[in-house]
Formats: sequence, structure tokens, C-alpha cells
Amino acid sequence: MATTGITTAAAEAEAEFRIKPYTINFGPQHPAAHGVLRLVLEMDGEVVKRADPHIGLLHRGTEKLIEYKTYLQAMPYFDRLDYVAPMNQEHAFVLATEKLLGVTAPLRAQYIRVLYAEIGRILNHLLSVTTYALDVGAITPSLWGFEEREKLMEFYERVCGARLHANYFRTGGVNLDLPAGLADDIWEYTEQFPKFLDDLENLLSENRIFKQRTVDIGVVSREQALDWGFSGPMLRASGVAWDLRKSQPYDVYDRMEFDVPIGLTGDCYARYLVRTLEMVQSNKIIRQCLKEMPEGPVRLADNKIAPPFRGEMKRSMEALIHHFKLFTEGFHVPAGETYTAVEAPKGEFGVYLVANGSNKPYRCKIRAPGFAHLQGMDFMSRGHMLADAVAIIGSMDIVFGEIDR
Amino acid sequence: MSELSLPALADQITSLLGDQVVRTEIKLGELTVVLVRDGLVPALIMLRGHPDFQFRQLMDITAVDFPERAERFEVVYHLLSLKFNRRIRIKVMTDEDTPVASVTGVFSTANWFEREVWDMFGVFFAEHPDLRRLLTDYGFDGHPLRKEFPMTGFVEVRYDDEQKRVVYEPVRLTQDFRAFDFLSPWDGMARGVLPGDEKATAPQAGGNPGSKA
Repeated sequence: MATTGITTAAAEAEAEFRIKPYTINFGPQHPAAHGVLRLVLEMDGEVVKRADPHIGLLHRGTEKLIEYKTYLQAMPYFDRLDYVAPMNQEHAFVLATEKLLGVTAPLRAQYIRVLYAEIGRILNHLLSVTTYALDVGAITPSLWGFEEREKLMEFYERVCGARLHANYFRTGGVNLDLPAGLADDIWEYTEQFPKFLDDLENLLSENRIFKQRTVDIGVVSREQALDWGFSGPMLRASGVAWDLRKSQPYDVYDRMEFDVPIGLTGDCYARYLVRTLEMVQSNKIIRQCLKEMPEGPVRLADNKIAPPFRGEMKRSMEALIHHFKLFTEGFHVPAGETYTAVEAPKGEFGVYLVANGSNKPYRCKIRAPGFAHLQGMDFMSRGHMLADAVAIIGSMDIVFGEIDR
Repeated sequence: MSELSLPALADQITSLLGDQVVRTEIKLGELTVVLVRDGLVPALIMLRGHPDFQFRQLMDITAVDFPERAERFEVVYHLLSLKFNRRIRIKVMTDEDTPVASVTGVFSTANWFEREVWDMFGVFFAEHPDLRRLLTDYGFDGHPLRKEFPMTGFVEVRYDDEQKRVVYEPVRLTQDFRAFDFLSPWDGMARGVLPGDEKATAPQAGGNPGSKA
């Protein structure tokens, strides 16, 4: 009798302390969710058993809208995908359209595009690295980083009039040439930017708290990264030397001299390091672009695709007609299909464009890198603590504009 | 292994897969292989594992809707081989009712991509572990990227102050939906050469100073 009494008491005590598995709802309004991520977490105590991301809260039907717009009108939608690095998305779309049309942009335009794609990369990584630091407990980097971003966004503004939604790239070039003095100012900026990067690294790279939160967290093996369709820094941090700018160069990337940083460990810290080092390389590419950029036209002379200049329209009837036709009917793209991908800051950003010979895309599928990355949330966070789930989301560099489309 | 040219790659895939291949096509430097629906999963396993191909990454799955066809959906897979730096496009055809085999067993990443295609087009994937809707609202009805689905949708939401909750209502457009058709009746830009335009590219007979080369 006495023994049974003891066992029941022990069982009761155990039942009292046993933690029941439960589900928690993370987001959709949570500062560490980087937007509108709703994450349903099945927890065992403080350990994540399963993560089920619910996405689509920012779904705007971009792909459907594009089917109803001409190629020119479709361009601004791409700024609104990954709004942290808008021009990189435009880049994929203009390259896809140019491929279907069988045209190439003038050399100067290609340099300008690469220049701004790299500014976009820095914009993105500055936001991603610094807000990541914010997620794991450091406030200063984000204050510094946003100041630098503001300077870069001024370069955006000076070239296209908008800080964020640039709508600057065009099929067959870019909208306008760089205004006078801008190239010098960007050059000046690139001279002081490495100093800023050093400061940023001093704050984070050897920071004990930062390393405690990131090293060995969310480890992705090489095999997993391939299996889950990872790309960009997520893939490179797992030790896969793959960069579309090197392996499938577009525009003038084949002329650029830069290195591709590769991570070894595949954890959150490696992803942080890869992004930080990529900024150094981007800075280098920007400088090379500015140095080598030739003079010349910035968009095609073919007025069936690129609009004539305003000055011409005042005198030439032909130019006026072309302008009118381009901005009402738009240009026609011959029937065909292409999958064109660029190395966006977050990874492989692809546009699968199906044209049917009319002035509107028949189908435009947008392959967003973050979509594949967020899908990996489940296997990456399994067995980690709840606080690590936040670190993992931060290291994936999630922007919901592109995931939800 | 050896670097194959695109036509050679197409030939080798055709010879290995035999009658699973409906046709191959190379356009704009991109290889498309159209497969019979049942041959999809074994073909992807082969393409992933074969030492000459090594398409280890599945980058994208999507669909295209052609309502006029009997099998109206093209389900499109984009594979990437890091080893050979090459892409390939695989297509299978299906209709609203016929399921396509899920490839989640071959590439884990297919999970969400297939959910998205199911959500947007209503293409059913057989043996998918978790075929829920992905991007649309909870309780959404219809498949938005089908061509017959109107761009405005069917319902809209607003916050109802009396009921103190968000309510769904049929879409009410304050202004009619404007579908401008700018296609010119004389197909000026589509057909390419307008009467008279051939002079611009014709070889110059005499030294005509005004004509463009």
C-alpha cells in the first residue's frame, strides 16, 4: 500500500511538471517576423517541434495583374516585389523581355544597370544584416545601417525620382542617363563605404552575444540547400560556390572583377558573413562600373521598342506617332517563352515569361528566392529554441513583397 | 562528365526516356522537354541522378493556362544543374480533373511550389503530403490565375463597424472595370512591315541621300 502511495505521488508530481505540447501563433504582426509572416509553431516546452509558415497575407496578385498590362506597365510591379532592392527585380524582367525580343541594350545602359543592381545589393544587405542584428539583440547596427541606406536611396532618387519604387530599367536600356555629377558622388560614396563596413563588422563579427545567438544555429548542409532549392547567400553559406553573376553572366557582369564569398558552416553566422563580404565586393563592382562606363546612348535607338526622346517629338511627326503608340498600345513581343534569372541580393530571382505575340504577357511567373528559403523554415528550426527561430528567420533575409507576390 | 551541347543533351534525354518524351524543343537557347504525364517522376529522378545531367536543383514549378486546349494546363518545371551550369524546362499537360504526380519525393522544395500551383490553377497533385492552399485567403474559393477568373475577383473585405468584424461582400466597383484594347486595327506594330517600310531596309539602288540605311 505504502509503495503504491509513493508511486502515485511521484506520478502526480511528474504530471505537474510535465510540459504539454502546445501550439503558438507567431505573427502576422510581430516585429521579428519581418513583415506579415504567420508562423504556427508546435512547441514542446521551449523547443520547436514543427513550424508551419502561413504566407499570402501580402498577396496582391501581381502575376494576374501583369497579364492585364502591357510590358511597359508591368515594370512597376517588380519594384513592389522585393521592395528592399527594387531594381534587381526589374533587371530580371527587362532581361527576359529583351531575350524574347532578341535585342540587347546599349553598353552604357548595361553598365548603368549593373551599377544600380549592385547598389541594390548593398541596400538589401545593409537592411538584412542590420535588422538581423536587431533581431538578436543589437540596436546600434540598424541605426547606422539605415543612415547608409538613406544615402544610397538618394542615388536612386537622383536617377529616377523615387527612393523606393524606381521603375527605372526599360526594355532595351534604362529610362534616362545619369544626371550630371551623380557618378562623381557615387564614387565619393564608395570611397568611404568600406570604412563603414569595417565599423559594422567591428560591432558584430566578434561580438560575443551575436555569435552566441548565431553560430551553429539553423545549420543547412550542402545537400539540404540543393534539395530545398536554396540560392544566393543561403546556398553560398552552405559551401556551394554558385553565383549567377559568375556562372551565367548577364549584361556586363562578365567584365567585372569580383570574388564570391563562400561560407563553410551553413549556419546563421556564415550567412551573416557571406552577406557582409558581398557588400565589399559590390562596392568593388560599383567602382569598376564607374571607372569603365563608356559614353553613349542609354536606350535602344529602335523606336518600335524604346520611346523617342522628348526633344525629337517636338519636331518629328514620326517620333510623336511612335511615342503615342508605345504608351498606348505598347510594343509587341513575339510568341515564345523564357526563364531568365538574375542573382538578386536574396538569391536567384527568375522570371518565366510566356508571350503570345501581343502587347501583354500571356503569363509571367515570378520565382522569388525567399519563397524557397522560407519553406525551409520547418527543417531549419526543428529542435531549436523559440528564440532561435527568430534568429533563423532573420538570417533567411525574408521580404514578403516577393514571397507573397 | 562531358559537356553536352543542347541538341546532344536533348537527344540523350530522348534516347534514355524513350516514349516518355512527347517532344523536345530548343528555342532562345533554352531546352524544353515535354513529357507524358505518367513519366514525370521517374524522369526527374533520372535527370537528378544521371552523371551526365545532375540536375540537382529544382528552381521553379508553375503552370500556364490555355483554356482553348483539351488539356488546358501546362505544368512547367525548371531544373538547374550546378555541375554543368545548365537549365532545362520540363513540361507535362493536364486538365482540371486529372492529377499530376507530386515530385515532393524527388525534390523537397516542390512542396510549396505545388501548393501554389494547386492554389492558383487548381491542378491537383497526387500523393502530395500537404496540399493546402498557400497564397490565397483562408476559405478562398476559386483559382485566381485561371484565365476565366476575373481580375477583380468575386469578393472584397471591409471592416464592419456594427458587427465589429471584417466581412466579405461581393465586389462592387465604383467605376466600371476598364479593359482598354489598344491593339490597332491595322496591326501596325504586330506585322512588322507596313507598306512602304520595306524601302527602309531595301538595298539602296541609287545614291538616295534621304533614305535610312
